[in-house]
Amino acid sequence: MRLSLVGVSHHVAPVELRERVALSPERAASFARALGDAVCLSTCNRTELYLSGEDSARALAFLEELAGEPLRSVAYRMHDEQAAVHLFRVSAGLDSLVPGESEILGQVRAAYHAAAPGPLLDRVFRQALQLGKRVRTETAIGEAPASVPAAAAALTAQVFGDLRERSVLLVGAGRMGQLAAASLSARGATIAYVASRGNEAAVELAGRFGARTLELSELARALGEVDVVLSSTGSPGLVIGAGDVPARRRRPLFFIDIAVPRDVDPAVHELAGCFLYDIDDLEAVVAETLAGRRVEAERAEQLVVEEAERFREWQASLDVVPAITSLRARAEEIRAGELAKLPSLPEETRATIEAVTSQMLNKLLHLPTVRMKEAAAADNGSQYAEAIRHLFGLGEGQ
Amino acid sequence: MAEALFWPAILGYGEAALAYSSPRYTRLGTWGVRIGWIAQTALLAVQAARADGFPWSSWSGSLNLFVWLVVGTYLIWGCQPRYRLLGLAVMPLAALLFVVSRVGGGTAAGVHSRYGNLFLILHVGFVLAAFAGFTLAAALAALYLVEERRLRRRTPDILRLRLPSLVALERLTTRTIAISLPLLTVGLIAGFIRLREEHGAIDALMGTAIATWMLYAFIVASRPSGARGAQLALVGFALVIVTRIALAGSHF
Repeated sequence: MRLSLVGVSHHVAPVELRERVALSPERAASFARALGDAVCLSTCNRTELYLSGEDSARALAFLEELAGEPLRSVAYRMHDEQAAVHLFRVSAGLDSLVPGESEILGQVRAAYHAAAPGPLLDRVFRQALQLGKRVRTETAIGEAPASVPAAAAALTAQVFGDLRERSVLLVGAGRMGQLAAASLSARGATIAYVASRGNEAAVELAGRFGARTLELSELARALGEVDVVLSSTGSPGLVIGAGDVPARRRRPLFFIDIAVPRDVDPAVHELAGCFLYDIDDLEAVVAETLAGRRVEAERAEQLVVEEAERFREWQASLDVVPAITSLRARAEEIRAGELAKLPSLPEETRATIEAVTSQMLNKLLHLPTVRMKEAAAADNGSQYAEAIRHLFGLGEGQ
Repeated sequence: MAEALFWPAILGYGEAALAYSSPRYTRLGTWGVRIGWIAQTALLAVQAARADGFPWSSWSGSLNLFVWLVVGTYLIWGCQPRYRLLGLAVMPLAALLFVVSRVGGGTAAGVHSRYGNLFLILHVGFVLAAFAGFTLAAALAALYLVEERRLRRRTPDILRLRLPSLVALERLTTRTIAISLPLLTVGLIAGFIRLREEHGAIDALMGTAIATWMLYAFIVASRPSGARGAQLALVGFALVIVTRIALAGSHF
């Protein structure tokens, strides 16, 4: 059995090409079924076809049909261990645009479940999914945020912990602000207000989060009620001054200013209980966490190497498994045949003889089985398997 | 037997102190705390069984009990992977004090005490339990100040080297003090009852202990928030240290 891979990814193909070969999960599944024993992994960054067999030309033709152009110079083709290692790196998040991003593991799982893989693909995908989980539990590669909106939400959690009882005032409806609000909302925070100069985008945004809309002139009142202020207006000057912030006794107030030019007076950061992070601060945090991810990625690569070794051993053992199975079947056949020749015996005696002969067989075949598997791991498997077949006359129609 | 139990306990605490320095070994650190604390519990049980009276009435013995209470409180409140840095603050100190206790003879068995059991359980036991709580509260308060400073300075690695959130640290500090103060109150009342029975005078240690009680009572009553609350908890802990040091010289 041979593992093959054909694909294009963000490493080799521009977005214009990737979007032409990108498939919905349903189409990817039917695409894989059309190819036979195959799994199709299609995300915004890659479309890859994993096949059991050597017919990668047909898979490439499928991709070229989707792309509407020849892909020979762009698409990568890999086989066996190289293809397996590639899948391991993909599911570990090591081949992603942002190392360690977590979505890819779910996408690999969905692709695997949507297909009907044979034994080889089943094995390699299960191994890849296990590795993906291991990488995320044994390394910190996915713990730190890798984007400004995610960093804003993570920093908020660093102040408040659980965000479920925290309320957010969204000032303006900038795109980055919307993404950060979505990150905060995903962590359980309530988007309580959306303040703007009354534009439609803000009203729509408020509707999306179930928030109330405010005029900018009402900001000072809302500042006394919320825990987080997320600002992303296109205003040329400051929108929130230090004097607008009411004195707070017990609760911290966290300002996230993603706007350029800035919306929030930097003096706010000096107020007791108030913290202000602007776009530069957030980008510095992201840069630092990405550096941390790269360090963790080295540890994850080690896990990939371990998994590749396991795959190699498993694949090598495939050379000897049929011989071992035949040998055991032949031995069992002889044992059963000899037992059948025995005269009628009491049930208890027969059971004892069955147990003893089974044990003898198992003990006799244990060492050859182990040695054959060891030989397979050392690349001598096929020679040993051939020798066993010859010595015991396996497959000669006894 | 008692002597032998010191070693697994100190090995557990020492291993935890080292393991907490790296996020990779946090779980090993937690196991070190558990194993060390179980061994120390067994050590204390052997000491209690063999003692004539209350076995921890010397300064070193009380230090042994104090370490057990501190680690026990930590085990209950904060022995989780996400509070690794709290472990890094508590466990090296616990290991060091445990060694000091041993050097002072506080881990030996068969100790004779001139005090009655009930009085010492109420007085020494409760005061030490309160001090253990205040120690943990101080560690939490220190972490609060570190975290607040990092947020103020906008340290870029704030999400790489994560501490518990500010709000969680503040809540835990306040709660730990609120639980420890009644223990100190009971312990001090027991001490004053005995003092009155024996017609004794208030010494410097008692004065410090009263000042400690007043400060923590103020914290509980006024509930200062943010950095001020954390700073007051550290001042309280400084008084606890003074009291502990004074114990070695005068009280027993």
